[in-house]
Amino acid sequence: MTQMTFGRAINAGLRKAMERDSKVVLMGEDIGKLGGVFRITDGLQKDFGAHRVIDTPLAESGIMGTAVGLAFRGYRPVVEIQFDGFIYPAFDQIVAQVAKLHYRTQGKVMMPITIRVPFGGGIGSPEHHSESPEAYFTHTSGLRVISVSNPQDAYLMIQQAIASNDPVLYFEPKRRYHSKGEVDESIGLEAAPAMGSARVVSAGTDVTLVAYGPLVATANDVALAAADEGISVEVIDLRSLAPIDFAPLEASVRKTGRLVITHEAGQTGGLGAEIAASITERCFNYLESAPVRVTGFDVPYPPSKLEKHHVPDLDRILDGIDRSMGRRNSLSGLEGA
Amino acid sequence: MPSEAEASTQQAGLTGLAGGSVPADENFIQLITADGTRVANPDYDRWVADVTDQELIAYYEDMVVIRRIDTEATALQRQGQLALWAPLLGQEAAQIGSARALDAEDFVFPSYRENGVAYVRGLDLVNSLKIWRGNAHGTWDPYEFNMATPQIIIGAQTLHATGYAMGIVNDGADSAVITYFGDGATSQGDVNEAMVFAASFQAPVVFFCQNNHWAISEPVGLQAHQAIADRAPGFGIPSMRVDGNDVLAVLAVTRAALDRARNGGGPSFIEAVTYRMGPHTTADDPTRYRDANELEDWAAKDPISRLGALLEAKGLLTEEVKAAVAAKSDSVAKDLRANTIKLADPEALDVFEHVYSEPNSALERQKDHYQRYLSSFGAN
Ligand SMILES: Cc1ncc(C[n+]2csc(CCOP(=O)(O)OP(=O)(O)O)c2C)c(N)n1
Repeated sequence: MTQMTFGRAINAGLRKAMERDSKVVLMGEDIGKLGGVFRITDGLQKDFGAHRVIDTPLAESGIMGTAVGLAFRGYRPVVEIQFDGFIYPAFDQIVAQVAKLHYRTQGKVMMPITIRVPFGGGIGSPEHHSESPEAYFTHTSGLRVISVSNPQDAYLMIQQAIASNDPVLYFEPKRRYHSKGEVDESIGLEAAPAMGSARVVSAGTDVTLVAYGPLVATANDVALAAADEGISVEVIDLRSLAPIDFAPLEASVRKTGRLVITHEAGQTGGLGAEIAASITERCFNYLESAPVRVTGFDVPYPPSKLEKHHVPDLDRILDGIDRSMGRRNSLSGLEGA
Repeated sequence: MPSEAEASTQQAGLTGLAGGSVPADENFIQLITADGTRVANPDYDRWVADVTDQELIAYYEDMVVIRRIDTEATALQRQGQLALWAPLLGQEAAQIGSARALDAEDFVFPSYRENGVAYVRGLDLVNSLKIWRGNAHGTWDPYEFNMATPQIIIGAQTLHATGYAMGIVNDGADSAVITYFGDGATSQGDVNEAMVFAASFQAPVVFFCQNNHWAISEPVGLQAHQAIADRAPGFGIPSMRVDGNDVLAVLAVTRAALDRARNGGGPSFIEAVTYRMGPHTTADDPTRYRDANELEDWAAKDPISRLGALLEAKGLLTEEVKAAVAAKSDSVAKDLRANTIKLADPEALDVFEHVYSEPNSALERQKDHYQRYLSSFGAN
């Protein structure tokens, strides 16, 4: 076991994957000498060479499109998108090419491309640097989408993503890059939990709280705070956003009868909607109240002085739990709220 | 596994890019040499023949003032008053020379680094600092200054500029458009698509590339194997390569390009060869990727000191002029600081403003709920 920051854990996972397979190449803007603007690829170009850690021209569509070509040629490209908001120039290549080539070629061509995206807010950045674009990709068949919430998962799941023969979007919660955790580097991929599996982070009996990425840590704080008020919260870290591993969610909701979902992305068409609908379909008879979503608002990510209002925090999630439990909350007295 | 020989060939192939054969930096239009000597240029002298001594002094003042703004804003960032700042240190001549060539009716589509241009357009730069402070994404009315708010998505503004210019053609108007972007931006599809559209529709747009040699940590050789200015002719767009640290030469080429645009000659491309002497932003550490000697070489070509030397030689840099320039930059910096520090934070419910031009019931509901939520704290 080693104490490691989140960022360091991804770095260690990338290193492992590159050692394991010479076809793994890293591509992106500023990932070489600089080690990426977040230093996630620090030292890798020095150790593996510029032919495997490729500083690309400043063109996201170009990066993604050439990664497709490299994949055709048998490589496993790992693409870094510098910030969430810069993935859109590559969107066409991702949804029209990366996602569909396996289907288009009836399984003949593999697209084992991993797309690393530092995402989400909370670091006081300018416009386009704090987005949560995951739902665009979960809506696209053929892509796998995961989001990590702690250094151990980050370390293992980056290796699993790279090993997967399907294209994987790997969303990294940038505001947690410096948080530390234990990482067991001796765990091999065979022994690791499947990349698609959700995880019960802390058990509880009154309400199920589903989170992923940056909000898992917040959800844990919520569970502790709720416990002080005598409410037992079961926290689930989704980990895989596409496909979603519903079994642990169903089991949890059958037990608690209540569901709260939280994410930073806006509410409309977000993952919360998908989870609420799916759990309602699967567990209708067990639900004691309607699923509650605590999310970002349906607005462009606001300027940094306002982000504390937009990003769900401990108090807003607790308020959502009160709503789910039928306790006094900010919407008490509102019909149909 | 590739064999060792294979691997080393691959390595040569892929790393070779960064060492591309970009032409020598001297291969450009210049009117003032690095040591401040005015040199004749039969093609471009006419574009600046009317520039008076007073105007030269004014350009000098502009450059000193915006350099001072950079220093002040960097200090404000260090003191926690700004979240981030992108300095233009070293690029003063490229911005002042080009901006001084514009008419009020011309429209500017900038990136995020054009504070010098904004200053010449008459903007109070506190507007710009509000953005870097995190108060708002855009803080001025583009139609008031004929200048769009900053663009962070690399290269996107070049398409907007071209579209605006197509509108000018349709309207039968005779103003022009200028769009600013960096050397890194020239790799983006958007910039290349903008050139295709501009050529196809003979749009009166000037593509102004500030080649400051770096795109964060990536040297210009990674984006271009030829002079960037050589790219435009392939799209059917004439181009000029200019010493971007020479304010007079930049003024001359920009006037030439604008003149072409106004007279139905269509788009032009200018590559201003300059250098970013500071970090990319206050969050960047150039010592990780940049050689200190390179910086020294470029400091010797400084745009301000070279114009200063010319003025000195002409006997124009008198004690009064120096004092006036110093007083002006002091007062601009002082006002900027005072007005930035007293900026109030935006209101919580501003989050919901300007998402749509019409009321939106779903969003109103979220806003109502959030307002109730906020007031629930008071109720405790
Ligand atoms: C589409 C997009 N990709 C990546 C970035 C991140 N980024 C911001 S500035 C920059 C370098 C820009 O270099 P250049 O175009 O030469 O302009 P300069 O900043 O040097 O003036 C990068 C990669 C971005 N803002 N937009």
